[in-house]
Amino acid sequence: MNRRSTKLVALGATVGLAAFALAGCAPAAGGGDASGDGTTITWWHNGTGEPLKSFWEDVADEFEADHPGVTVKVEAFQNEDLQRTLIPNALQAGGDAAPDLFMVWAEGEIKAQVEAGYLKDLSGLTDVVESVGGAGTGWNVDGKQYGIPYRYGIEGIWYNADLFEKAGITEPPATFDEFGDAIEKLSASGVSPVGVGAADGWPAAHWWYQFAIKTCSPESLEKAADTLDFSDPCFVEAGENLKAWMDSFDGDLPFQSNPTSTPAQSVPNSSAGLLASQATAMELMGTWHRGEVAKLVPGAPADNPPAPEWLAWMPVPDIEGAEGAPGAALGSGDAWGVYADAPDETLDLLEYVMSEDVQKRFAATGEIPTVAGAEAGITDPVLKQIADGTVGASLVVTWLDTQYGPVIGQAMNDAIVALMFGDGTPESVPDAMNAAAATL
Amino acid sequence: MTALETAGPAVTAGPAPRIERRPTRRNTRKWGEISLFAGPAVLVYVVFVLLPVVLAAYYSFFNWNGLGPLDRFIGLDNYTRLLADPVFHRSVYNNFFIIVLSLLIQGPLAILIALLMNRPLRFRGLLRALIFVPYVLSEVTAGLAWQILLQSVPPARWGPVDTLLQAIGIENPPAWLADPDVVMWTMFGILTWKYLGLAIILMLAGLSGVPEELYEAAALDGAGWWKTQWYITVPLLGPTIRIWAFLSIIGALQLFDMVWIVTGGGPLNASSTMAVYMVKNGLNVTQIGYGSAVAVVLFLISLVIALVYQRFALRRDLAGAITGGVR
Repeated sequence: MNRRSTKLVALGATVGLAAFALAGCAPAAGGGDASGDGTTITWWHNGTGEPLKSFWEDVADEFEADHPGVTVKVEAFQNEDLQRTLIPNALQAGGDAAPDLFMVWAEGEIKAQVEAGYLKDLSGLTDVVESVGGAGTGWNVDGKQYGIPYRYGIEGIWYNADLFEKAGITEPPATFDEFGDAIEKLSASGVSPVGVGAADGWPAAHWWYQFAIKTCSPESLEKAADTLDFSDPCFVEAGENLKAWMDSFDGDLPFQSNPTSTPAQSVPNSSAGLLASQATAMELMGTWHRGEVAKLVPGAPADNPPAPEWLAWMPVPDIEGAEGAPGAALGSGDAWGVYADAPDETLDLLEYVMSEDVQKRFAATGEIPTVAGAEAGITDPVLKQIADGTVGASLVVTWLDTQYGPVIGQAMNDAIVALMFGDGTPESVPDAMNAAAATL
Repeated sequence: MTALETAGPAVTAGPAPRIERRPTRRNTRKWGEISLFAGPAVLVYVVFVLLPVVLAAYYSFFNWNGLGPLDRFIGLDNYTRLLADPVFHRSVYNNFFIIVLSLLIQGPLAILIALLMNRPLRFRGLLRALIFVPYVLSEVTAGLAWQILLQSVPPARWGPVDTLLQAIGIENPPAWLADPDVVMWTMFGILTWKYLGLAIILMLAGLSGVPEELYEAAALDGAGWWKTQWYITVPLLGPTIRIWAFLSIIGALQLFDMVWIVTGGGPLNASSTMAVYMVKNGLNVTQIGYGSAVAVVLFLISLVIALVYQRFALRRDLAGAITGGVR
C-alpha cells in the first residue's frame, strides 16, 4: 500500500467515524424522553432474581394502568455491572441513554453524581422524604435529598441455632465476653466458629468497622467522615482492640482456616456457602445474607430457595467500657435516584414505588422496607428482628467504605485484611486511609 | 506568432488531460477496492484499538472519576503514584514471574511431550484429545473448579487436593491459595495445566512439517533418537517455538481472568498482575485517570517487548510479511 492510498483510507475512516459518531450522538443531543404521543420512563434496578424481578415489573404495570400514555421500561441488571459500568456510562452519555429512575449508592458515590449534575433534587417530595425518616441520611448531600432508600437494615451476626444448641449455648451472647465464650464452645464442639470471606476484603473489614464504631465516639466518626482525615487515635485503637480480640483465641480462631482465600458469596466454598453447609456457625453480614445463604444450602431449589430454619440473627454485642456509643450499629440500604432530565412522571412513579402499599408488599417478599408503617408487611420473624434492631439502634453508621468512597474504602479494606491476616499493624490502617485520601 | 501562440497550447493541452485521466480512473478504482476491503477492518482498528489507546493516554493525565468533565489536570502524578506503589511492583514482578516460568518450564515440557506423542503410539488420538481438553474449557469454569479443589474446608484445614496428597503420603501440603509465598506457584500450575495443551498441539503441527528424508539421512548416518531430535527436530521446530513463545509472553503480560476468578489478586495482593491491579485500582474504585495510567504502562511494556521480540527473534520467520512492503 503506498502512502497516498494510506491517506485516503485514513480519510475514509475518519469520515466513517464522524458519521458513526453523529449517528450515535444525534438522538442523545435531543434530550428528554418524550417519544411520540406518550412518555417512556426507564427504570434500572439490580433485582435480577425472583421474586424481586417480577415484583418491580408488577409495580410498573400498576403504574402504567393508572397513568395512560406513560410506558415504564423496567430492566434488571447484575449489581456490579449496574453500579460500576452501566449507570456511570449511561449518565456520562446523557439524554436518552440515561435511565430515569435508577439505584443510587449512599454517601461518597451519590456525592460524586450530584457534583457532576446528574441527579434531580428530590427534597420537594416532602411526604416521601419524611416517610423514610433517618434512613435517608446517607443520600442527603448538602441538605438536599437526592436518593430515597427503599431497603434499609443493620448488619448483625447470622448464626446456626442448631450448632449453637449442640455446643451447649442456650442464649445468644449479649456481651463481647459472652461472645468469646460462645466461640470457644463452638470450637470445642468441632465446628469452625466464625466464617469470613477475606478474599473479597470487605467482609473482613466489617469486623474492623464494628470495632471502630464501638471504639470511636460518634463525634470522632462524624469528623473523620466530614474531613476525610483519619489521624484521630481512636482508629489505631480500633485496630489494636480487634487484633487483641483475635489474639485471645488459639490458632486460626475465631475465624475458619485460610480466610484470605475464601470468597464471600455465590460459590459453595465461599463464607456464605460454609455457613449454608453448616461448616461454620456464624458470620457477620448485612440483611441480604439470608438470601445468599438460602441459595447455597446443599440441595436448595434454584427458584425461591427458602431460608434454612436454623438460620438466626443477633446484633453485634457491645464492647464493655469502650468509648463508642452503646447500641451503635453499622448499616445501609439501597435507594432510588432520578436523572436530572427525567420526565416529570418519574417523580409520580417514585412516589408510587415508595407508597406504603407497595412497600408493605415489598416487605412481604422478604425485604426490610423503609417507609414507616410498611414493616407491618414483614412476616418473617428473623427479618422482624432486624427491622426492630434497626429502629432500636442508638446510632446507625453507614458502612465505612461506602461513607468514605471507593478509593479510601479499598485502601482501608486492603490494610485491614493485612492487619488481620498479614503483616499489617493497627497504625497501617489509618495511614493507608490518609494516603488514599490524598489522591482524591 | 499568434498562430503559434494559439497552436502551442492547443497541442500541449490536448494530450495532457488524457495522460492524467487514465491513471486517475485506475487509481480511483484501486483506492475504491482498497477502501472496500480494508475500510471495515481499519475502521474497527481505529475505533476499538487506536482511539482507546489515545484516549487512555489522555485520561491518564487527569484525576477523573469517570463522571463529569475532565477538568483536573494533574500532569504525571498518576504515573509517579503508580511507580511508587509496592502493590504495582509486585504485580509487574508476577507478570514476569509467569513469563519466565512459562518459557523455562512450559516450553521444554511441551516439546518433550510433543516429541513423545509424535511417535507411533497406542491411543495417540485419544491422548492428544485429552491433553487439549483443559484449553477448550472456559476460563471461568476451570478457575472455579480449581478454586473449589484447592480451597480448604473447615474445620479441617484441607481441601480435596490436600486430601488426595495426604493419601499418597504428603502429610502437610501448603495452603495453595492462602499462602502469599505459594500462591503464584499455584497459579503457574493452573496456567500450565490450562495452556500446555495448546503448546503441545502447536509443536505437533510444527513437527509434521519436518521432512521425513532428514530423519532417514540421520538414521543412515547412525544418529540415535535423542541426537536426531536435538540436531534436526528442534532447529526445524524453531519458527513454531518462537511463535509459541511470543503468544505465551503476550498472554502472560495480559494475564487477568484466571487470577481474577481463582484469587482475585489475593491473598494480600500476592497474586496481583498488572491487569488485575488496573481493574482493582482503576475501574472498581472509579479512578479512571489512574486506571488509564496503569493501562498505558501495561501497553508500553507489552509494546516494547513485542517490538524487541519481533526485531530479534521473529525477524527470519516474518521476513517478507512485515519487513518488505507490497507495492
